[in-house]
Amino acid sequence: MIGDYTYDQFFSILAMQGFAGLILFSVFVLMALGLAIIFGQMGVINMAHGEFMILGAYVTWGVSLFVTSFAPALFPIYFFFAMALAFCASFTLGVFVEWAMIRHLYRRPLDTLLATWGLSLILQQTYRSVFGAREVGVSLPDWMMGSLPLTDIIEVPINGLFVMALTTIIAVAVALLMYKSRWGKQVRAVTQNRVMAGAVGIDTKRVDRMTFGLGCGIAGIAGSAFTMIGSTGPTAGQLYIVDTFLVVVFGGAGSLIGTIASAFAISQAQSTMEFFLSGSMAKVLTLLTVVGILMLRPQGLFTLKIRR
Amino acid sequence: MPAASITRFPRHDAIAFAVLAVLILAVFPLALDIFRLNLVGKYLTYAFVAVGLVLCWGYGGILSLGQGIFFGLGGYCMAMFLKLEASSPENTAIQSTPGIPDFMDWNQVTELPWWWMPFNSFPLALIAILLVPTAFAYLIGAAMFKRRVGGVYFAIITQAVAAILTILIVGQQGYTGGINGMTDLRTLLGWDIRTDSAKLVLYFVNAALLLGVILVAVLVKRSKLGRILIAMRDKEDRVRFSGYDVANFKIFVFCLAAAFSAIGGAMFALQVGFMSPSFVGIVPSIEMVIFCAVGGRQSIFGAAYGALLVSYAKTAFSESFPELWLFAMGGLFIAVVMAFPNGLAGIWKSHVEPLLPRLFNRLRPLPAVTPAASEAAAE
Repeated sequence: MIGDYTYDQFFSILAMQGFAGLILFSVFVLMALGLAIIFGQMGVINMAHGEFMILGAYVTWGVSLFVTSFAPALFPIYFFFAMALAFCASFTLGVFVEWAMIRHLYRRPLDTLLATWGLSLILQQTYRSVFGAREVGVSLPDWMMGSLPLTDIIEVPINGLFVMALTTIIAVAVALLMYKSRWGKQVRAVTQNRVMAGAVGIDTKRVDRMTFGLGCGIAGIAGSAFTMIGSTGPTAGQLYIVDTFLVVVFGGAGSLIGTIASAFAISQAQSTMEFFLSGSMAKVLTLLTVVGILMLRPQGLFTLKIRR
Repeated sequence: MPAASITRFPRHDAIAFAVLAVLILAVFPLALDIFRLNLVGKYLTYAFVAVGLVLCWGYGGILSLGQGIFFGLGGYCMAMFLKLEASSPENTAIQSTPGIPDFMDWNQVTELPWWWMPFNSFPLALIAILLVPTAFAYLIGAAMFKRRVGGVYFAIITQAVAAILTILIVGQQGYTGGINGMTDLRTLLGWDIRTDSAKLVLYFVNAALLLGVILVAVLVKRSKLGRILIAMRDKEDRVRFSGYDVANFKIFVFCLAAAFSAIGGAMFALQVGFMSPSFVGIVPSIEMVIFCAVGGRQSIFGAAYGALLVSYAKTAFSESFPELWLFAMGGLFIAVVMAFPNGLAGIWKSHVEPLLPRLFNRLRPLPAVTPAASEAAAE
């Protein structure tokens, strides 16, 4: 017996909270991957990252409305186009933002922070004016509803499983892209030594633009996945942005493995504590621990050896 | 021409100081009614934060996205004292536990927590207003700067701390008043702060304190410390190799900025009559940075004008076009970074100042033209 629970119940609670933590983990990973790529390579902090995510969510919502009214036959699989479209929309906006704003500010990383914050305010208000201040939700196809019973007490929701599978696929795809493709090699070269990379003929500006676009595009997919587990409002992106920054910094900038590990640690800590403490105290304790560890170990969990 | 610039600086600062003093001590009180004057007083409390940010960010190169922490801590320390005074057993006789603040009673707290006790005494509260935020800033600063963490990392961590503090204040409703904050603050040592005459007095106290803070900031800027700060911002390693302990200078300036913000926060609580978490978190903290950026991140006086102008614009916009305000604010962030990195002070320096000597010469054709002025005119 632990407290008022039997061991069986206690174990089930831990498992369910762990599963809730895994869903949070998926959202963190999808958001943080894009941020980590951008931050690792360019040292740019994109404060509008949450708004790129929300763009993906609104695109998914739009597609779901379109499909239900014009092509109901496609409804069971609409998520797949929606995701592709969300990626394209966020990617395009990302490339545009890089061209119009970020590339002028590479030498002033603190100023990028302020400029992208301005961008996030503008995007938020745009969403509010276009889509309304109310939160919107998409309707899930039938096969995504319901849950799988694992034991008598433990049940896992199918949409959560889907989001996790999606996260795994995206994370693997990003890892392949970064470590196996020619383009990834260029990105890593620019991260490690920008000047030398330029000297051997890599178009560093183009790599920067594509990386920024890709990071934003992944945020778009994150938004698309986000609609499956929650509803979307104009300011929903801001709720996650601080956590995501901490995930990236805690993991060690530029390290994909570090990002995933820290997302896992933070999300599990938060959701497990949430059951025993109030939600706000769980969050406070998790964030405080992370900040505390960062003060002792500022370079984060995993570090990349980089010559600056 | 270093010699000329050294002799020129003090006079410049003296004139700018006099202009600001006349504006906030004479022009505003004469031109505005008490309601508007109280609003201006509220805007000026943000100027404390902005002046601190000029030292910390403009000169020291440390961008803190968590100045709301210190503004909030200062404000809460003042609000806790005022709240305890407003919650005397006579005033709160209808509560189930008289003598404790109303929000504690609503949240089934029956006893005043120990850390509220010092706020029964005014001198202790005043000390807390300065000490608590400064000590907190020292803690953050010492942990970060000694390990050579700076730049973007520092900005993110201060932002995270601001977020944590807000969640904590909102979550611990029974001890902090939660999301509504501490409302219904009435008297300071028996003196009703809600009357018009009290508001007028508080406005002048606030203005005088702001001028004092600006004076301290100008002194810091003109001292050797100020020069080291600027050197540190531009080439940190070179300063370190010259034998200075860079971390200590950074900690000092961060603590100073925190103390300034705390004074602003305390005056805010006094003038506005409440304090809530909406002045602590991420959004207010980053807005405080924009006050400083609009005024000119390297201009102490510009910061005061920046705080006044942006807050005024915010009030004016939100009254008439609430939808447009976020667009305007977002545009302001982008414009001030991309087009006017030195803010209003930069525009003044490059566009208005060169015209002044010509203007003076036209008004008084004969008398003394200082070498400095003729230089500027020749450019």
